[in-house]
Amino acid sequence: MNYDFNFDVIWRNWDLLAEGLGLGLFLAIVSIAIGCGIGLLAAFGMLSRHRTLRWIAVAYVSAIRNTPILVLILFCYFALPQLGIALDKISSFVFTLSIYAGAYLAEVFRSGLVALPKGLREAGLAIGLTEFKIKTNIIIPVMFRNVLPSLSNNFISLFKDTSLAAAIAVPELTFYARKINVESFRVIETWMVASMIYVVACYVIAALLRRLELRLAVPR
Amino acid sequence: MNFSLFLTELWNARLSLLSGLGDTILISVASVILGSVLGVFVGLAMTYGAKWLRFVVRLYIDFLRGTPVFVLILACFYILSVVGLDLTAFQAGVLALTLFCSSHVGEIVRGALSAIPQGQTEAAKSVGLTFGQTFVYVLLPQALRQILPTWVNTATEIVKASTLLSIIGVVELLLATQQVISRTYLSLEFYLFAGFVYFLLNFVIEQAGRAVERRISIP
Amino acid sequence: MSPILTISGLHKSFGKVEVLKGIDLTMQQGDVVSLIGSSGSGKTTLLRCVNLLEDFEQGSIELAGQSIGYKQEGGQRRRLSEREIARQRAMTGMAFQQFNLFPHMTAIRNVMLGLIKTKKMPKDEARAIAEKWLERVGMGQRRDHYPGQLSGGQQQRVAIARAIAMNPQIMLFDEVTSALDPELVAEVLAVVRDLANEGMTMLLVTHEMRFARDVSSKVVFMHQGRIHEEGAPEQIFGAPKTERLQGFLANSEF
Repeated sequence: MNYDFNFDVIWRNWDLLAEGLGLGLFLAIVSIAIGCGIGLLAAFGMLSRHRTLRWIAVAYVSAIRNTPILVLILFCYFALPQLGIALDKISSFVFTLSIYAGAYLAEVFRSGLVALPKGLREAGLAIGLTEFKIKTNIIIPVMFRNVLPSLSNNFISLFKDTSLAAAIAVPELTFYARKINVESFRVIETWMVASMIYVVACYVIAALLRRLELRLAVPR
Repeated sequence: MNFSLFLTELWNARLSLLSGLGDTILISVASVILGSVLGVFVGLAMTYGAKWLRFVVRLYIDFLRGTPVFVLILACFYILSVVGLDLTAFQAGVLALTLFCSSHVGEIVRGALSAIPQGQTEAAKSVGLTFGQTFVYVLLPQALRQILPTWVNTATEIVKASTLLSIIGVVELLLATQQVISRTYLSLEFYLFAGFVYFLLNFVIEQAGRAVERRISIP
Repeated sequence: MSPILTISGLHKSFGKVEVLKGIDLTMQQGDVVSLIGSSGSGKTTLLRCVNLLEDFEQGSIELAGQSIGYKQEGGQRRRLSEREIARQRAMTGMAFQQFNLFPHMTAIRNVMLGLIKTKKMPKDEARAIAEKWLERVGMGQRRDHYPGQLSGGQQQRVAIARAIAMNPQIMLFDEVTSALDPELVAEVLAVVRDLANEGMTMLLVTHEMRFARDVSSKVVFMHQGRIHEEGAPEQIFGAPKTERLQGFLANSEF
């Protein structure tokens, strides 16, 4: 193999890569926040007594989980405008990723809810709380703390999935990496650096989330 | 939505869509098989390897799992052509998915093996089995049952990830669909259709997995 | 004096199985009634009907002059609204076998929650009351501990404080010592005994026969969904009339 490594072009475009990384993180954070809301609703839907509600929630979760995310991204960006829902690139991607995250988080929340001892609800009832207050004050906070590790894993996956935003030309890290690649032909350097940035970012995020988990965990 | 027009166009495009589906299946099957074989070795090395080997394999897994599959595919596609390995886009894509699959399977195998109580190995040794025999007759059969559900899950992940090969120009189901869309402008209908086909593929895989799981479960 | 709790003709089924087959029971203010009987006799279900943790199909429960859970309207029996039932539940305090403390809240926050959310008390007032009751059950020092950092006996004492801080008309105790290690039972029973001595009206399900004998004003022996024998503790434990009760007591530990 005869290849002269030359990282100059990478260092010159450092700001672009950083910007791309920032946008990717931003997209992941917004999407997981919205996705948590959707996932919570879907989780309660899946456990609902009403058959229709249950059916809708289960259909949503299994449809999204079994569809490739790239198809969802392209569908939302290229096909939804036909239904009159035209979003710009970034909104469309956030929309897709939120819906996508919602389906995965719904499953996480559902098992979190099922695992809670039913005595918690009864204790809430016994001190005169309504079902709604029991959910907001007891069930959701306790479940949330219990599923934090899965939540972290989901966030990291979502962050990696933001690389797919490049498919609809959202200028995140992978998009810029391709751009640098095409413009400079420093192929190996570009992809080495790009994937290293992802790997390191994932490490750092994982470590930070781990600390957050410890801080938020129920003390014992 | 114009349903009869869609059906007509679907019929017209049946051959290219079927060939796309064929490629999707071929890519997935090849990647899952190659990736699983590689993954078993990765898992073994992680569990029973010497310290330096475990370290190297750990790096391998962490690198592959920290990198988005899409980046992995792009990297394989672009880098290999530069270093003179002349792979087609199809081969580069399968290579990327194989690596991706192996890191997942490696992690699964390691988890399953380390979950088997130490006593099993000791009991096998005490009846005079070699390490190889212990692995094949005692550990693997137990680990397999634990591995199966997650392994099936990985297989569906690979099917979904195979769509990413469309971006490097492999005409699998998604790119075949996109080509039809660019001809017919029926994006809503055909994207829904593609989504539905993927859903079916994964559904079938999951059901098959469950059926096998039921059959091999220890009474 | 009119009774504080009147249970009459109470029937309850789980599906096809009838677990309560017509229960009548009255309690005066300050009464301490122990429900004893083998498992499956319906004693815990009866207790849980009093605060509507279980619905019941027939009969009525009246607490401090209010019909609990249901009302008669034009000859129809209607369940009260969720909000109304929540308010009625706050009139009773309940301590559970498994404590059921809220694991994400400190001891004092556990006690304060109902005061703030149900009784709409200002935080300071709720805190003062919670502190008082934690002190009373001997948990004042550990008010800022989380349930996971407390022993079973300590958790149960906090749970009792949580229930009693709501100033209930009646306290319900559901086998509060069954989940505890033997050496932790005494500290919890001491708390319950103190409450009884202070005149708290209490209905308790217990397996601690010696405790039931010492603390109760009346003991009720249940069997297969009915009250089989009831009376003063001396009579129930000293001179049981029915064979069934004699057999039950012979197999119980003192």
